Amino acid sequence: MSRSDFRVLIARLATGRGNVVNFEGRDTEAGGSGLAAALFNEYGDANKPWDDPDQPLVFAIGPLTGYFPLMSKTVCAFKSPYHDQYAESHGGGRSAICLRLADYDALVITGKAEKPSCLSIGSRHLELRDVHYIWGMDVQASGKMLRRMFGGSGHRSILRIGPAGERRSPMACINADTYRHFGRLGGGGVMGSKNLKAIVIQGDGSFDLPEGTEYSKLFQEVYRQLTATNMMDKYHNLGTPANVAALNELRALPCRNMQKTRDPAIENITGERFADHTLLRNTACSGCPVGCIHVGFVREKFMEPNQYLYRQVSYDHESIFATGSMLMVTNAFSVLGIIDMVEKMGLDVMSTGVALAWATEALEIGIISEKETLLPLRFGDAEVYKMAVHHLGVGSNEFYHLLGQGTMKPAEQYGGEEFACVLGQEMAGYATGEVFFTAQALGFRHSHLDTGGYSYDQKHENKKMEEAVDFLMRDEQSRVFLTSMVSCLFARSVYTEELLAYCLRSLGYDALADNIHAVSRHIQRIRWKTRLATGFDPIGVNIPKRFTEVATWKGPVDKDYLLALKGEYAKRIMERGKEEGN
Amino acid sequence: MKILSTPRMERCIGCHSCSLACARLVHKRLSWDTAGIRIMSSGGLSTGFEAKTCLACDPAPCAMACPTGAYSQRKGGGVVVRRNLCIRCGDCAKACPVDAIYLDGVGEPFVCIHCGRCVPFCPHDCLEVVESSGRLPTEKSVMEGTP
Repeated sequence: MSRSDFRVLIARLATGRGNVVNFEGRDTEAGGSGLAAALFNEYGDANKPWDDPDQPLVFAIGPLTGYFPLMSKTVCAFKSPYHDQYAESHGGGRSAICLRLADYDALVITGKAEKPSCLSIGSRHLELRDVHYIWGMDVQASGKMLRRMFGGSGHRSILRIGPAGERRSPMACINADTYRHFGRLGGGGVMGSKNLKAIVIQGDGSFDLPEGTEYSKLFQEVYRQLTATNMMDKYHNLGTPANVAALNELRALPCRNMQKTRDPAIENITGERFADHTLLRNTACSGCPVGCIHVGFVREKFMEPNQYLYRQVSYDHESIFATGSMLMVTNAFSVLGIIDMVEKMGLDVMSTGVALAWATEALEIGIISEKETLLPLRFGDAEVYKMAVHHLGVGSNEFYHLLGQGTMKPAEQYGGEEFACVLGQEMAGYATGEVFFTAQALGFRHSHLDTGGYSYDQKHENKKMEEAVDFLMRDEQSRVFLTSMVSCLFARSVYTEELLAYCLRSLGYDALADNIHAVSRHIQRIRWKTRLATGFDPIGVNIPKRFTEVATWKGPVDKDYLLALKGEYAKRIMERGKEEGN
Repeated sequence: MKILSTPRMERCIGCHSCSLACARLVHKRLSWDTAGIRIMSSGGLSTGFEAKTCLACDPAPCAMACPTGAYSQRKGGGVVVRRNLCIRCGDCAKACPVDAIYLDGVGEPFVCIHCGRCVPFCPHDCLEVVESSGRLPTEKSVMEGTP
């Protein structure tokens, strides 16, 4: 239902109680990214550390969530254990529609539970339950227990952490409904610091729709566009793993800790190879007919004779890049085996793969030894990597504890900073060139989805620095409105500003519809302002030497162009964050 | 008479587009509960999805259980519901052997009316409207093939 204010549940873990707040700003903060920043500014403190119990963990949805297809994401915001700065991580599953049907625009969790606990909410209940008996369980085992302990199968979202999150690792993710994740920048560590093992959101409300037929006709048209375009083919068919072969062919796939950008063995871990040999089924976030989630399987022989077990494991381009090409594990089932262990530990898969790639190279050249790694890490050795993921998840020794703080941390101690593939956080799977490297290093989420930098690299041969930075600023502004709605970014080609305006109007959000440009600029500004206030220094960001040593299809990366881009983008971010406005 | 059937649920991806369409188009609600078809994860070994929807019983236990005549037998299977006669006792939901009737917070029942408006929203063609006389095609063909 459309409201002039946001309806926000403030859940206080210290008491197990909460209250519903009518939070102003519908026409300026919109929802999602904008709402999360406003809520952090209201309930958080830029100067206190990330693990201060008072710091909020925010989950925010948008005005279109649940009302239109692919408006299926939730923005999670917190002060990050990775860099102790304000951060966002986005996830799907059932989380967004469950928040909508629980009748909340956002959930703000503050304080620290006395015992390991699960927060259960819905449209008619709020409960903090002691679940100390599942503390220590991996993500899969926890999920099974939680499904049994709480009702509402199929119409609930279960967010939980594994051992990595319990240890407050900055690489710990929040698992959402088994196959989706609030993956990056350590949201899982924030939950761990709050003694919060899980959050169960029941989508058990029901609301009147707008009078007349305008809304349902518009829904039908949006649905038609989303299912008629090549989106269905691109994301439903092979899914994002189609990028593996394409980037390898292009010479833009980070391989072997990005010592190279193409390798013939990659043909064994392409999207086609995964689909032909490992794919069991597709599944979807609630409210999305595309169904981009690809679920494969691992099979393990646990006993002679012929006694097997199997587990289902989701995969996409990023997880194949991180545990496949970066580690030179070029067997699809072996890749899934590593991803499976990452899932159990509740780690962010991209950070995990890139961190282990650095550790492998560091071991190869002798700046660390097996005394640190406990294992003979070797590119291509999947079985050893599975054990290493476990060590990283549970923090087996000082080295793995440090590695779990972010790859740059052990690199600062042992050396090897120049080949740590870190762009703000561990890199995403695109070695497309200078614009992408700059975009991830400085981007708000340090995500490949902050802007289309990887796409810009592929479409532009010139090196016009101003033009590229103009694009990054403009594209970020456009995407930040989508992440305030909150749309899956796969739908960005369909949800133009014009269509978004129609959708908003059909629900009665006329002021938002009339001011998309101004609102998106405002949200971009307050996000940067919040980030800068928590200590981000874009000018001081370092892009490691490895990124200037690598060659793409365009030839060697141009160091001067990269430095110029970085300098200009940093300047623009500072300017945007300091702009006057609401 | 036509009825809704769910012959290909193994294909379901759990997007809930069918439930949301029913709630939106038939009941003018945003919900995945107040709908004639509801998707649940089946969990366990099969780890897929199942649809909770009216199987078009004839005679329908829910209609027989209804004390006020709000539910009456629909020709070809299923029920016709007259909301103005319903006293929200919930006996229909209790009588349904497959939990196909949802009672909302005030006890209002929601059950499939076999209109088929959910069908075009399924991206995997899991759902189908068929003639009630032609349902259970597998059993029928097996029977026909029996000497």
